Amino acid sequence: MTAPRTLYDKIWDDHVAHEAEDGTCHLYIDRHLVHEVTSPQAFEGLRMSGRTVRAPEKTIAVPDHNVPTTAGRDNPDQMPEDSRIQVAALDKNAKEFGIHYYPVSDVRQGIVHIVGPEQGWTLPGMTVVCGDSHTATHGAFGALAHGIGTSEVEHVLATQTLIQKKSKNMKVEITGKLRPGVTAKDITLSVIGKTGTAGGTGYVIEYCGEAIRDLSMEGRMTVCNMAIEGGARAGLIAPDEKTFEYVKGRPHAPKGAQWEAALAYWKTLYSDDDAHWDEIVTIRGEDIAPVVTWGTSPEDVLPITDVVPAPESFEGGKVGAAQRSIDYMGLTPGQKLSDIEIDTVFIGSCTNGRIEDLRAAAEIVKGKKIGVKRAMVVPGSGLVRAQAEEEGLADIFKEAGFEWRLAGCSMCLAMNPDQLAPEERCASTSNRNFEGRQGFKGRTHLMSPAMAAAAAITGKLTDVREMM
Amino acid sequence: MEKFDKLTGVAAPMPLVNIDTDMIIPKQFLKTIKRTGLGVNLFDEMRYDREGNELEDFVLNKPAYRDAQILVAGDNFGCGSSREHAPWALLDFGIRCVISTSFADIFYNNCFKNGILPIVVSPEDHEKLMDDAERGSNAVLTVDLESQTITGPDGGEIGFEVDAFKKHCLLNGLDDIGLTIENAASSIDAFEAKASAERPWV
Ligand code: SF4
Repeated sequence: MTAPRTLYDKIWDDHVAHEAEDGTCHLYIDRHLVHEVTSPQAFEGLRMSGRTVRAPEKTIAVPDHNVPTTAGRDNPDQMPEDSRIQVAALDKNAKEFGIHYYPVSDVRQGIVHIVGPEQGWTLPGMTVVCGDSHTATHGAFGALAHGIGTSEVEHVLATQTLIQKKSKNMKVEITGKLRPGVTAKDITLSVIGKTGTAGGTGYVIEYCGEAIRDLSMEGRMTVCNMAIEGGARAGLIAPDEKTFEYVKGRPHAPKGAQWEAALAYWKTLYSDDDAHWDEIVTIRGEDIAPVVTWGTSPEDVLPITDVVPAPESFEGGKVGAAQRSIDYMGLTPGQKLSDIEIDTVFIGSCTNGRIEDLRAAAEIVKGKKIGVKRAMVVPGSGLVRAQAEEEGLADIFKEAGFEWRLAGCSMCLAMNPDQLAPEERCASTSNRNFEGRQGFKGRTHLMSPAMAAAAAITGKLTDVREMM
Repeated sequence: MEKFDKLTGVAAPMPLVNIDTDMIIPKQFLKTIKRTGLGVNLFDEMRYDREGNELEDFVLNKPAYRDAQILVAGDNFGCGSSREHAPWALLDFGIRCVISTSFADIFYNNCFKNGILPIVVSPEDHEKLMDDAERGSNAVLTVDLESQTITGPDGGEIGFEVDAFKKHCLLNGLDDIGLTIENAASSIDAFEAKASAERPWV
C-alpha cells in the first residue's frame, strides 16, 4: 500500500519525467498556454537555436494583455504601435510553430485563463503552465497550474518539461455555508487577509470544505486565481461532479470511451484522509463578509462595514507600509469604507470576467443608472460576451450606462489603452491593487462583481446586502 | 545555443576600460520583442552620430573590422546592469568571443548562456593581443576552446583558463534547455510514451 497522499502529491507523482540526485525534477507539462507579452523572446530563442516546439498540439496561444477592447481592434492600424507589434509577433509564432491559436478576430478569443477552461483544454489531473502568474486559476479543476517566466516558457516549448522542486502542502478549509451577498471573491480575499501575501510562499494550497464544494466552477476559478496573491505556487480544488459536468462536451474534452477512462482517473484525484499537511488554515464560512481592499496590497482587506485602519494598529514593518498605502490611496484613518467615493468601475479580468460574474453584477444593476463617471464591463472571452448578450445582460449594463467592451485583460493592468488617470479611484473586480497597476497613480479597490455593481450605482463603496 | 569549439576571425581592438552594458546596448533598445536584431545598435552611442550616421573613427565602422568576430577589450568589460540584451547585441553583430583582463560577473555568466566565450588573460598577454588586433585586416586570431589556446597572426600561442563545466556546455552548445535534452531527453520520451498510454485523452 502506498502512503496516504494529498491531491498535489498525486498529480506531482504522475508527472515526474526525470528526477536528478539532488531532488530536482523535470515535471512533464500537459498544457502550455501562451500570450503575447511573455512569449516573443522565448520563440525567438527557439529560432536562434534551431529548436522546435516539442508538443505543438499541447500548446495554445491567445493575445489578451494589451489588445484594445474597443470596436475596430482587429484592424491592426487601429492598435497602438507596441500592442500591434506584440500581437503580430504572436500571430507569426503561432503559425510558424503550428500551435493552436485564437486571434483577436475569433469569437473564442479572450483572457488566456478563461479561454483554456472554456475550450476544454484545462482538465482535472493535468499540469498546466503559462507565462503569467494567474495560471493558478486552472487549479479549480484539480489541475496543477503554475505561472512561469520567459526563460521557462522557452524551456517548456522546447522540452515540454519544467525544472521544479516540490512545494509543501497547505490545506485551506472553508467550513459551513456562506451568508447571503458573500461570494467566491470574498472567500479568496478573506483568506489572503488572514494569511498575508507571503503566507502561501513555498506551498501549494488545496482549498476544501463545504463552502468550497458549494461553489460553482466559476466561483472556484475565482478562488484559485488569487492563490498567487497569497504567495502560493498554485491553488487546487479536488474535482467532483460539478467539475465533470462543466468539462463534459467542451470542444477539447475527451469523448466516448476516452471520456469514461478519463472520468475513472479523475475520480481518484482527492487528498487521502490521512494525508500529511504542512500547514492547515480553517475559516468559518459564516464569518466571511463582503469585503473590499483599502490599501495597495491584496492583504489590505476588510469587511465593507469597517473603517480605514490606523497605521499604528499594525505591527513592525507593516506600520510604514500601511501609512504609505493610505497616503497613496488618499484616505483618512477612521473613515468609513462605505463613505469612499468612486470615479470608475471595472468589471472583468481572469478573476471575475466569467458569465456568472456578469449575471451577479447585472442582478444588482438591473433597472438602475450608474452614479460614477465611467463604468465598464469587459467580458473575459468573446463567448462569454456572446452569451451575456443572448441572456440580455448586455442590455441591462448598457441601459444603466456601462460601456460594453470586447474581451481582454483591459483595465486589470495598464498595458492597453484602458487605464486610470492619476488619483482616479476604481472599484475593480480584478486581482491586484498594487501602486500603478491600473494606471499611473491610479487607486484600486478590489471586490466582488456584485459589490462593484453596487458601487457603480451609488457612486460609493457599498454594502451589496443593502441592495438585495 | 550555437556551439563554440574553434573560431578563426578578425579581432577588433577596444582598449577603453569599463565598457558598460549601457554602452554596449543603450536602454532605448530594450523594448524589443526580440533577442535578435540588436546588432545594428551595438555600441550605438559610440558608433553613430545624433543623425544616425556612422562615425568613421569607431573601430567597428572601419573596413577592416566590420566583420570582426572577436573583441579585445579593456579592463572590466560588461559592467553595469544585468541586461541580457548586451550579449544578445554582441552575438547579433557576430561577436563570439571577447578577450579582456577582467569582466563584470553577471555579464561574464550571461555570455556563456548565449554562446559567447569571454576570455580572461594576463595584462602581458593582453598587451600582445591588443597589438595583434591593431593590425587591421591582418588581425586574425584563432581561438580554440578544446585546447584552451589563442593563436596570433604570427603563430604565437597563448593559453587561457575556463571553468570545466562551462567549457563542456559551450563546446556542446548546451544551455538549460540543452542540458535538459542531454540529461533527461530519454526519460521525457519514455514518460511521454507511458503517459499517453495511461491518459490518452491528455
Ligand atoms: S486579466 Fe489581469 S491578471 Fe488576468 S491574465 Fe490578464 S492581466 Fe493577468
